[in-house]
Amino acid sequence: MIIRILDVAIAGLMLGGIYALIAVGLSLQYGVARVLNIAHGEFIMLGAFISWSLYTIFGINPLVSMAICGPLVFIIGFILYRTLYTSLRNSSASPAVFEGKSLLASFALLFIIQNVAILIWGADIKGYSYLAFPVNLGGAKFAANRLVTLGFAIVIGLVFYLFLARTRLGKAIRAAAQDPSAAGLMGVNINQVLALCFGFGALMAGLGGTLISISYQIQPTMGLEYTVIALIVIVLGGLGSIQGSFIGGFVLGLVGSIVTYIQPGLSLVAYYVIFMLLLVAKPTGLMGK
Amino acid sequence: MGIVVRLLSKRSFDLGLPLLILILLATSPFYAPEYTVILLTSIFMYIIITVSWAIFSGPTGYISLASAAFFGVGIYTSAILGKALPLPLVIFIGSLVSFCLALLVGALTLRLRGIYFVMFTFGLVELLLHFILWWEVNITCTTGRVVPTVSNTTVYYLMLIVFVILMLTAYFIRHSKFGLALQSIGEYEEAAAHTGVNVTVLKITIFAISAFFMGAAGAIMATRWTYIDPRIAFNPIISFLPVLMAIFGGMGNLFGPVIGAAIFTYLEEFLITRFPYHYMLVFGIILLIAILYLPDGLVGLIQKLWKRISGGKDADT
Repeated sequence: MIIRILDVAIAGLMLGGIYALIAVGLSLQYGVARVLNIAHGEFIMLGAFISWSLYTIFGINPLVSMAICGPLVFIIGFILYRTLYTSLRNSSASPAVFEGKSLLASFALLFIIQNVAILIWGADIKGYSYLAFPVNLGGAKFAANRLVTLGFAIVIGLVFYLFLARTRLGKAIRAAAQDPSAAGLMGVNINQVLALCFGFGALMAGLGGTLISISYQIQPTMGLEYTVIALIVIVLGGLGSIQGSFIGGFVLGLVGSIVTYIQPGLSLVAYYVIFMLLLVAKPTGLMGK
Repeated sequence: MGIVVRLLSKRSFDLGLPLLILILLATSPFYAPEYTVILLTSIFMYIIITVSWAIFSGPTGYISLASAAFFGVGIYTSAILGKALPLPLVIFIGSLVSFCLALLVGALTLRLRGIYFVMFTFGLVELLLHFILWWEVNITCTTGRVVPTVSNTTVYYLMLIVFVILMLTAYFIRHSKFGLALQSIGEYEEAAAHTGVNVTVLKITIFAISAFFMGAAGAIMATRWTYIDPRIAFNPIISFLPVLMAIFGGMGNLFGPVIGAAIFTYLEEFLITRFPYHYMLVFGIILLIAILYLPDGLVGLIQKLWKRISGGKDADT
């Protein structure tokens, strides 16, 4: 019995680590940069496929390739915000108009990135085997790659938290999250900070994608599913709360693992039921005020 | 006197042109090639979804992403009842089920505004999709369903009929006091409630009416697709397309969504046949250009051009 509980709990945490990482990314993009980025999953997909290429063609260790694909997607995200979203922001009369327009623009990006990925990598499901040997954890057996995934997700989350809490740039980001115009008046270069946030969001997605590619199979159309999960998590954690997203990711991972244990195939249904009940009962999220 | 004549001729022009187009469309199966009729059916399907989306979301500003849910409910009704009942009844029941679902969703989401409403409606589509997927695999042990087919011409006429009813409904809602009330909800909901608009009832009713027509379109379209499964019926793209089409066409008047949907559908068909491997790319780029450079949609652009050509005399057109 205890082994079974351990089994479900650890599997949930491992799933949760990935959820937490991608949700923190979306939270930065939506909570701070105000872009509800439907193409978030496409950055995850890019990260996953770049790591796959590096591993299968050059034999580069996926944990090392994080250092390559992370900055790469960061630059893509940063440039996108500086060009596309900044010009939309300047032409929008109100924040609500910008939210609508940026949602549509990210939808267009979804189409473009997905099509480019299919042209480069083809539409087939891909995967590779890395650290696939089993590890015994108190009687429950797990593939080593999933434990590595969990470890890296937690480390990345903590590093980012320290960055937000301790550095000047982190302070600027937190200020921009609370009130962009006031932060601008206090001398924060707001366009720069918002673009950095969007870039960091893409970075999280890219790193999440690499971790996903280690343990799961990948394909160019996988993005939307992860976007939707990230959306559920950021509502669970409270829109705009980065810690909330991180914790919410683990909560959702645990829920998914428990539901899969009871009735496989219903885990996504359970996510949506929780999501919709939460929206009706407490739209500000578990951590919200 | 001159004004009266001009008004009269304008009135008859307003009525005459749609009537002429309608007669041309109604007789098209007699002279147009079959491919055109099938393409027109798809165009009408998207017009119906887009216009019904715009009835509610246009004036109120509540962006609903539940279109695929209502459309899918229509499709599934057709698949389940198609063999047992005559088609018009099936379509009506499909619409009615969508209508009831929308009433329920409307009642649940009363408190939600802005992005929360968007997320809830999108969640609804995914919830239905995954629940029915699970149900079909585990309870009824089917992976897909076969829908009895009817001829292409019948499907076309059914779509046309629903389209005409929808346009009349949309016109009447827009030009009645309900249209004004919806507009006021979009501008300032609290103020609308204080001036005596029954905000709750109005929002839910219009939302349900818009779902009714989406359900009808789904029930009809199922007979053309013949084979359906949950992933086909509840395709989330169907939720996004009406939003894009309406914005592309412009939501300022009734014809914007119609024109947007018609051009978008044709463009999609054209791109898929011409660039089968790059069509999403081209589609995405066109979309980006439209968002960046056509803030008022295609109709807005035409009006702007028209203003420039006519030298700003008809500033109110």
